Amino acid sequence: MGVYTRDMTDESTASAWFRDVTPSDADAARDAIDDGGAADPADWPARAVASGFAADEAAYYDRLHEATVTATRAAVRERERADDQQLIHCIRAMDDAERTANELAERVAEWAGALFDDADTGVAGARSVAERDAETAAERRAVSLAERVVDMADEADDLRAYIERAAPAVTPNLCRMAGPVLAARLIALAGGLDTLAKKPSGTVQVLGAEDALFAHLSGRAPSPKHGVIYTHDYVRNTRPADRGSAARALAGKLTIAARIDHYAGDLRPSLHEELDDRIATIRARADQ
Amino acid sequence: MTLPEGVSRRRVDDRERLATRGEPVYGEPTDGPWRLWDAGRSKLGAMLELGLDTGLTGGEGVLYLGAASGTTVSHVADFAGPTYAVEFAPRPARDLVDVAASRPNLFPLLKDARRPETYAHVVESDLDVLIQDVATRGQARVAARNRRFLASDGRLLAAIKARSEDVTREPTAVFEDVLATLRDRYEILATARLDRYHDDHLAVVARPLAE
Repeated sequence: MGVYTRDMTDESTASAWFRDVTPSDADAARDAIDDGGAADPADWPARAVASGFAADEAAYYDRLHEATVTATRAAVRERERADDQQLIHCIRAMDDAERTANELAERVAEWAGALFDDADTGVAGARSVAERDAETAAERRAVSLAERVVDMADEADDLRAYIERAAPAVTPNLCRMAGPVLAARLIALAGGLDTLAKKPSGTVQVLGAEDALFAHLSGRAPSPKHGVIYTHDYVRNTRPADRGSAARALAGKLTIAARIDHYAGDLRPSLHEELDDRIATIRARADQ
Repeated sequence: MTLPEGVSRRRVDDRERLATRGEPVYGEPTDGPWRLWDAGRSKLGAMLELGLDTGLTGGEGVLYLGAASGTTVSHVADFAGPTYAVEFAPRPARDLVDVAASRPNLFPLLKDARRPETYAHVVESDLDVLIQDVATRGQARVAARNRRFLASDGRLLAAIKARSEDVTREPTAVFEDVLATLRDRYEILATARLDRYHDDHLAVVARPLAE
C-alpha cells in the first residue's frame, strides 16, 4: 500500500467501523459496531475496498454480515442477561405459574368432586386430592392432574422465593420501599430498571392501570388513583378518601428510589423515613 | 403497479397471496421455493397488497428501522440488495439475529432509530429505500433524522402508527401532524390507510427534499 493510499484511508475511514479492525478479529469488530459512531454515513463498501479491508464489495458484505450477526447476538445476550431482565422473566413466570395452578385446581375440584366425597376447591383442595390413593383408572388421572397442580404451585412459590432473594441486590431502595415482589412488578411493567428510572412519578403511580388510564384519557372515566402500587400497605390500608394522596406520595418516593438504584445503587435510609413521615401525616387526617 | 422483482403472487388455499423466495423463518406456509408474505403481519406487505406505488423494483439497498423479530425484513432481504435492519429491543432482536444468520445480505443492528449517529459508521450512504415501522412517539422526527442515509432519488416507505403518537386523538388528526412534520424534509408522493390489515396505520411513500 502506497503512501498516498494510506493518507486517503486515514481521512475517509476515520469513523468507519472497520477502521481498527483486522478482518479476523471478531471481538474488535463487535466493540467497533457497539461503541462506534459517525455523524454521517459514507460509501463504506467502496472505502473498505480502497483501504484494503476487503478485496471487493462482495467480500466486504460477507465480513459485514459476519460482524453484525456476531456483534448483535452478543449485545442482545448481554442486555437480556442483565439482572433486572432476569427479575422480569421471573415475576412473569411466577404470575403464569400461579394463574395456571389456580385454573387447573378448579378443574381438579370439578373432577374430584365427582369422584370423591370431601373434595375441596383451590390449590389446597388439589393438595389433598394429590395425596389420595387412586383405585380406578379415572381416579389415577384425576390424582395425577392434582399432583401437577401441586408441582406448579410449588414452582410459583420457588419463583417468589428467588425474587425475594435476588431483587434486593438489583434494586435495594425500591425493594426496601415496595417489597421485592412489587419492586419486580414495577420493573416488569416499565420494561427494565433503566426505563422505570426515567419515568415520571405520575406514570409510576398508574403503572398496571393502563386500561383505566386510557379510558380516562378518552374521556370515559375518572383518572385512576393507582396501578399495581395498590398492593402496597400504604395505599391499601389508607382510608379511601386519602388513598389518592397516599398513592401520589408513594409513587413519588418509588420513582426516586428507582433512580437512586439505577444511577447510584446505595441504600438511602433517609428516603424511606421521609415516606413514612409523609404517610403518617396523610393518615392523621382521618383522626381530625 | 408492478411488484418488485423477487416478489410474486402465488395461489394458495384459493387465494392470491404475496410470496418471496428464501428460507422460512416464522412457520409461514410455503409453495415450493416460495414462502408466503402475510399482509396481516407486515405493513410493507399490506402496502404492496393494497397496490401502493412503492417504487420498489428489487435489488435495492435498504435501511429498515423497527425490524422487530425480522418477519418483514426477512422478505425484504429476499428481494432486495444490502439490507440493514435496526431494532432497539433485545427480545425481538434475538429472533432478528437468527433470521439474519441465514441471509448474507441482511445486517442486524441493536440500535436506537432515534440516534442514527450510533450506526452511521456501519450503515452505508446513498441507499435506495428507507423503510420505517417504529412504534415510538416522534415517528416523523425519526424519518427526518435518518434521511442522511437516503440517496437523493431514494424513497421513504413509512408505516405511521397513530397510537404511538397519541392514543387519545383521532388518528386522522395525528396523521396530519405527522405528515406536516415530514414535509420539512420529504416530498409526500402517496399515502394510504392500512386499516384493512392494520388498525390506525397510515402508509406513506415520500422522496427526500434536496438539502
